[in-house]
Amino acid sequence: MKRHKETQSRYRVTGCCCAALMFFQDLSGAHSSVEPATPQAGRIANLWWVMFYVSVAVLALVTAALIYAVFRRRSAREQTAPVDLSPNTNRERKATRAAAVALAVTIAILFVLLGLSFTTGRAVSFLSNESPLEIKAVGHRWWWEFQYVDPVPSRGFITANELRLPQGRQIVLTLTSNDVIHSFWAPNLMGKKDLIPGQESRLIFRPEKQGVFRGQCAEFCGFQHAQMGFLVLVESDGDFSDWYNHESQQAVQPSNDSEKRGRQVFLSSTCVMCHTIGGTPANSNIGPPLTHLASRTSIAAATLTNSRENLAKWVTDSQKIKPGNRMPPNVLGPENLDDLLNYLTSLK
Amino acid sequence: MINERSKPGKAHIETATLDVERDRAELERSWETRPGFIGWLTTTNHKSIAIRYIVTAFIFFLFGGILAALMRIQLARPRSEFLGPDAYDQVFTVHGSTMMFLFAVPIMTALGLYFVPLMVGTRNVAFPKLNAFGYYVYLTGGILLYLGLLSNTGPDTGWFSYVPLSGPDFAPGKRVDIWAQMITFTEIAALVAAVEIIVTAFKMRAPGMSLNRIPLFVWAMVVTAFMIIFAMPAIMLASSMLATDRLTGVSTHFFNPAEGGDALLWQHLFWFFGHPEVYIIFIPGTGIVSTLIVTFARRIAFGYTALVLSLISTGFIGFGLWVHHMFATPLPQLGQSFFTGASIMIAIPSGVQIFCWIATLWLGKRLELKTPLLFVLGFVFTFVIGGLTGVMLGSAPLDLQVHDTFFVVAHLHYVLIGGAIFPLFGALYYWFPKWTGRLMNERLGKLNFWLMLIGFHLTFFPMHQLGIQGMPRRVYTYLPETGWGALNLLASIGAAVLTAGVIAFLINVFWSRRHGAPAGDNPWNSDTLEWATSSPPPSYNFLYIPTVRNRYPVWTVEPDTPVVAGLRTDVREALVTHTITAAPDHRYELPNSSIWPLVLAAATAVTFIGVIFTAWAIPIGAALTFIALVGWFWPNSEPAALEAERHRSLPTGDGLSLEQQT
Repeated sequence: MKRHKETQSRYRVTGCCCAALMFFQDLSGAHSSVEPATPQAGRIANLWWVMFYVSVAVLALVTAALIYAVFRRRSAREQTAPVDLSPNTNRERKATRAAAVALAVTIAILFVLLGLSFTTGRAVSFLSNESPLEIKAVGHRWWWEFQYVDPVPSRGFITANELRLPQGRQIVLTLTSNDVIHSFWAPNLMGKKDLIPGQESRLIFRPEKQGVFRGQCAEFCGFQHAQMGFLVLVESDGDFSDWYNHESQQAVQPSNDSEKRGRQVFLSSTCVMCHTIGGTPANSNIGPPLTHLASRTSIAAATLTNSRENLAKWVTDSQKIKPGNRMPPNVLGPENLDDLLNYLTSLK
Repeated sequence: MINERSKPGKAHIETATLDVERDRAELERSWETRPGFIGWLTTTNHKSIAIRYIVTAFIFFLFGGILAALMRIQLARPRSEFLGPDAYDQVFTVHGSTMMFLFAVPIMTALGLYFVPLMVGTRNVAFPKLNAFGYYVYLTGGILLYLGLLSNTGPDTGWFSYVPLSGPDFAPGKRVDIWAQMITFTEIAALVAAVEIIVTAFKMRAPGMSLNRIPLFVWAMVVTAFMIIFAMPAIMLASSMLATDRLTGVSTHFFNPAEGGDALLWQHLFWFFGHPEVYIIFIPGTGIVSTLIVTFARRIAFGYTALVLSLISTGFIGFGLWVHHMFATPLPQLGQSFFTGASIMIAIPSGVQIFCWIATLWLGKRLELKTPLLFVLGFVFTFVIGGLTGVMLGSAPLDLQVHDTFFVVAHLHYVLIGGAIFPLFGALYYWFPKWTGRLMNERLGKLNFWLMLIGFHLTFFPMHQLGIQGMPRRVYTYLPETGWGALNLLASIGAAVLTAGVIAFLINVFWSRRHGAPAGDNPWNSDTLEWATSSPPPSYNFLYIPTVRNRYPVWTVEPDTPVVAGLRTDVREALVTHTITAAPDHRYELPNSSIWPLVLAAATAVTFIGVIFTAWAIPIGAALTFIALVGWFWPNSEPAALEAERHRSLPTGDGLSLEQQT
């Protein structure tokens, strides 16, 4: 943990140096490649900064050489001489040497960067011996399904758009899609990986920093690609197991008449054709599962905060918020809507 | 028989007095285009066709630019409701497809079609009818795409059209079919242009222009043409497979994993074309830069051999790095390492070129900072940035972070606008007097350059940071909480400045066409043969085919430089020379104007557009194409005199005589 803090402060210093150089100053945020929350993303961020500084130096040298070449003073004799088809002057030999040195330096730099790239690549795909937490992510248009696979099958569960992870444990994320190609990208945690129908890919990382990070689909997947977000919540081991145990349960039963009526609205309308609520006949995975909807912080693939007001807007006409998404508008009387919202907000 | 000004004593060259006036009148008559609309449709003159290509491609560039402006308006602030996802997806797909397929490749090959014959000193391209056919096919493809967009059936799956998103299950309707067929059309045109350029450059050079004396621009076009020949078939195959996957009643399932197909196969085929495509656009740009730098520095190119070898090695390595577009797919690590290596190593030939250019500028005479040169200097600076971010993208682990983000959007515009459009604008300023006989306005030119340079960097530099901050590509909107708003607004303001630059260019073109300063034949004091004829050039290019003694024929022309005089003037005849030495080999009669290229293009269009709707279009189209080809190849009766003429001796420059060869 201590080591991690050190690296953190180093990034801040680097960031400050950088601000003086160019405008890469404020890269803060819950979705930044250079604010790593895992050692894996940290290695990649290191590689980025090495390449960044090398590039700034190369650009400065080339630009200086170019400016010198353009504005060098020429003697009058030089200016009026006829074009020489086989020049063999002192200056010519100097230019040849300079070009040869520049080329040698270029090749050397490229090989160093290549070596760094290889070692970084090895490091970020390293799988340690300890037993990892295995999660399966399935891409849907346009939401994320996260399956927590438990050794006890009945304790496994499926949730959507919010990936909760325990701090300090190795995570192996298996990725696939059941429609088009998506790409899982939470920049603070790790580089992206595609979710490809008919194939499985794998991401390995170890979150070492608590917090909420944002991720997003990175492969164009149609109308709502832009708002196919998700959140990653990295928690302490205790918080994580509390949440885990809770998610393993079925949905809570309605506690009053309104909620009961709300459940009836849900089960007797089109909702049931796409969504799952554990413990009820609703059991479809076209849309995200709603078993513990109220315990999530956001709705609509991390696009809206999870409030009763937003939920009402989303249920009645989600097309206004995210045009082209697969949820149809629902015509519900005000009482029915109220009951439904009471029920949905009770699903802790 | 040969140059009237010829001095005795050089090898054994026959000297003879030429009847210049008679030859000119005869050439005028045999090379003239029929007047009127029919003449316009039937012409096979490489200059008319190339100018059409350039104008058409530039119009598509303006369309693509308008689409880009729409995107920048939409993204200027978060949650903007200017464009919905449906419109935005069509706009960004058509923008990308236009810029790659309808603008960049065609305008670069068009410069080649115009200048390769002039630079190598011949009268036309090798296959003039085929050349005309290529243009019509290209135009049809472009019109098809825009008819689609205007009727709200514009393709909306990206210029890369990944399956399964573009497959029959997820992209119903005709949008993707229009895209797939547009690809097939434009790639036929590109292949045609490539064949023209290679054969013209290898077989029709002026006597004495051996391989090691070919102008650098021609070398660049030759390398580009070879890349086209190897890259384009991959995408034509892929787009045809996609079309048959989508065609009701055929449904081939090449890319459908549920039926044993493979979604990644598309990506391999697409990027096997798609990465070389970038170099197909960029290498002509380097040819332009080499040409302009030599002209403005008024000295020979530093490291001619190194420059040519860099072009050729770029051409080879360019085919070995397509997988760096696929690092996020589940491919084995060792395989990825190979492509990382190749992607990083391609920086070496680019580096060699940049060092040679800087050395040429340094060793040359005092530089007059005229507009074409400014664009070249802007190119060097911008392209170096694009090259450096390219090295970053080549590194597999770093690519996993920046892939498919705005960082890539920034990178690709740095290499394509910086690497190809800046040189292209330089070239348009440089060659405008060759086309029109008038120079473009310098003050407007400088304004144009600075607006474009500043606008460009304002637009695209912030995108690097947006990518690092997590903004993915191809998004029609973003949330205010992401904090991407300010840099996006800056980028949109930059786009407005860039647009102003392009408008300045258009004004300059229209003003200078009428009021530009008269240029004379060689206003820049250039060294290549296109400046050894009048501006604009006559339909037959050169009154007498020149001969060449070194790499800089116009700079070193002497009163005793021989010209080729044995070619017939009463028919369209060109001189074919040896590939390596450019020694005269034989004479070759080029076809006259013809309507058949247009007819064949129409038959092709019926086939490819019909296939969008029914598989019956294939047999019907095959029959129509057959009829058009019969017309195309119908033999002309050859006058007997022509046969006799073939045995006439043909003395040429460098003491070469055609007698032995015929």
